Amino acid sequence: MPLLEVTDLRVQYRTEDGPVHAAKDVSFSLERGEILALVGESGCGKTATAMAVPRLLDGGNATIGGKVVLDGTELTRLPEKRMQDIRGKDISVVFQEPMTSLNPAYTIGKQIGEVIRRHTDMNRGQVRERVVELLELVGMPDARRRLGAYPHELSGGMRQRVMIATAVACDPKVLIADEPTTALDVTIQAAVLDIIRRLREELGTAVILITHDLGVVAEVADHVVVMYSGRHVEHAPTAALFDKPQHPYTLGLMDALPARAARRGGRRRLTEIPGMVPPPTTDPDACQFAPRCARADAGCTAKRPALSRVDDGHLVACYHPGPGGTA
Amino acid sequence: MNDIPEQPGAAAQPPGPGGPAADDPVLDVRGLVKHYPGRSRAARRNGPIRAVDGVDLRIGRGEVLGLVGESGSGKSTVGKCVARLTDPTEGRIELLGRDISTINRRAMRPLRRDVHVVFQDAYSSLDPRMKIGDIVGGPLRQHGEGDAAQRRRRALDMLERVGFRARMATRFPHELSGGQRQRVALARALVMAPRLVVADEPVSALDVSVQASILNLLLDLQADMGFSCLFITHDLSVVEFISDRIAVMYLGRIVETATREELFAHPQHPYTQALLSAAPVPDPRTTRAAGRVVLRGDLPSQATRIPGCPFHPRCPVAVDRCRTEVPPLAGVTRADHPVSCHLVDPATGGPDITQGRNGVVHHTS
Ligand SMILES: Nc1ncnc2c1ncn2[C@@H]1O[C@H](COP(=O)(O)OP(=O)(O)OP(=O)(O)O)[C@@H](O)[C@H]1O
Ligand SMILES: Nc1ncnc2c1ncn2[C@@H]1O[C@H](COP(=O)(O)OP(=O)(O)OP(=O)(O)O)[C@@H](O)[C@H]1O
Ligand code: SF4
Ligand SMILES: [Mg+2]
Ligand SMILES: [Mg+2]
Repeated sequence: MPLLEVTDLRVQYRTEDGPVHAAKDVSFSLERGEILALVGESGCGKTATAMAVPRLLDGGNATIGGKVVLDGTELTRLPEKRMQDIRGKDISVVFQEPMTSLNPAYTIGKQIGEVIRRHTDMNRGQVRERVVELLELVGMPDARRRLGAYPHELSGGMRQRVMIATAVACDPKVLIADEPTTALDVTIQAAVLDIIRRLREELGTAVILITHDLGVVAEVADHVVVMYSGRHVEHAPTAALFDKPQHPYTLGLMDALPARAARRGGRRRLTEIPGMVPPPTTDPDACQFAPRCARADAGCTAKRPALSRVDDGHLVACYHPGPGGTA
Repeated sequence: MNDIPEQPGAAAQPPGPGGPAADDPVLDVRGLVKHYPGRSRAARRNGPIRAVDGVDLRIGRGEVLGLVGESGSGKSTVGKCVARLTDPTEGRIELLGRDISTINRRAMRPLRRDVHVVFQDAYSSLDPRMKIGDIVGGPLRQHGEGDAAQRRRRALDMLERVGFRARMATRFPHELSGGQRQRVALARALVMAPRLVVADEPVSALDVSVQASILNLLLDLQADMGFSCLFITHDLSVVEFISDRIAVMYLGRIVETATREELFAHPQHPYTQALLSAAPVPDPRTTRAAGRVVLRGDLPSQATRIPGCPFHPRCPVAVDRCRTEVPPLAGVTRADHPVSCHLVDPATGGPDITQGRNGVVHHTS
């Protein structure tokens, strides 16, 4: 039995503009010790999908549908009180924007210590030492001295490291890390990726890693889910995704890498995917990528392509899948 | 628009004596220092955090200067000082020929139309009570540009250029995704067509395809409007794409500056070399390739002044001299490639850090 099973997850937000369908029928499962990367265009629903698991979405505005089962417990039906015990202990989270979850009024020593106190029975001194140890683990310079620092006194990358230290403090079963390395230089990034790998190896922690950095994906992920406009359009083992990307959107994503542009040399122009994402308030019965897709034909706009298997563990939702040119 | 000049003007060359007005830099920073005293007991005991400790930089007209370096090395602080969002402790900042290092808020106000900042933390820089259409139109209103209808038109236009449909203009910041908020911040910074844009990690939350359109847009707008840009980022492939010149910071100082091609082809400072070697590659087969150097050693403290070269405690090739003597930032192989390391050689360039043993790990498996 997988550790975490997500089935037909739907997330909807109410806005002035009508309902926003942020996640539509997303399904995936996670084994113990597995690292699953979630990638896709800005606004495609990665954060909504991942944060629906611990039910950490904009309370009044979001509705969550579908089923999320962690280790036999169905989270979607759990009373909020039980959910609070699970958050921070069984499931911990690194948010995309550190300032949204750090409290500006408390020192970072207090904030990290609070999480440890809530879930363990360490005494004050032990908590303090554990906080220093965690801060050193994530490469915080002057760790002991920084205990008394407030979030605004830290650099962007330091705040991100505080979040990571907090998230790994209680040896979670599932770690959800939303863009955890965006503010980190490559050296510290390597250290953070090492921490994630070590958690997985030593404790069997499973990780949902949201990142737009395909270098990071290639380096640590076992599987990758590619999302487009709220839907899951490709799902593959990491090597297969890079070797034989199938969905035209995935192909476009790979072509847009600045490193590839740089390697093509000279001309300063990156390859874009032309056009815009469809408005998130619509949910047509068609391939949502069709308006931007060079392979689209009448069939693509007549009915939504189902997610189907092209290879071992490699799923794609497209009528004309396969590597090769898209233009 | 494929033919954006690779060398925009004389800015990339070393400053000549009394050149023509067109060569005057948009930004000229000398000896910039910013110390944060801190209020805690530890801070009083150990002295201030030396966030920026003597930085010189120059950005020419239409030039993009990339600023990279370790997290916490002072990049955002340089950006904030340059836009006078914080008071420098010491040093001179010249914006468009005018010394702004000590002028007050009021005197700074008219200059605010010329310099705009994209903050690293987009979320806290956007007013949560305002709709994004009004946020982007804000600078136009503050500076009395056009009438209400024109301002609205320009704001929507700018939003569209960063990838939003007009109907999104009624959303509030909290109703957006992380990358969408970042694009709103960028639209607001560009809407006034400023002379200098300080962009602090402006594309860090964007997937590569949206990032590609935003970077292309930046270069297009830059060619149209001719603004200069201080572009702060951790992403080496982004900095390689966008910059004309690149400056590398370590522990509050610039340790190396060179043109983009030169820096990537011949990185000289050991820190720069380690940085370039550690970037992950988007290909699962080549990631853990040989030659990757990961720095070890104690993390630097910004509270105590390190004698000699600030990098020596972690430098794989440090020699005795590095522990006592501060290396000057000076061109050794070329005048336009200043680097601050004792071991740079006029004939062979930077030291080979893969030959060092001090604190270096090679990942070869
Ligand atoms: N609180 C909210 N109210 C209304 N709409 C929202 C809210 N939060 C997110 N959205 C919308 O839901 C969609 C999905 O957002 P989500 O944050 O999941 O995207 P994402 O894939 O994480 O993007 P990014 O990479 O930019 O962070 C977007 O269209 C966004 O505008
Ligand atoms: N308001 C402040 N009070 C005290 N210290 C500060 C303040 N702002 C920044 N610092 C300190 O100054 C140093 C440099 O911070 P800065 O934000 O400039 O780094 P950075 O190079 O932008 O890093 P990153 O890449 O992580 O964003 C850090 O040690 C930081 O903790
Ligand atoms: S289903 Fe059609 S439109 Fe959609 S990605 Fe595949 S080929 Fe393109
Ligand atoms: Mg997100
Ligand atoms: Mg910063």
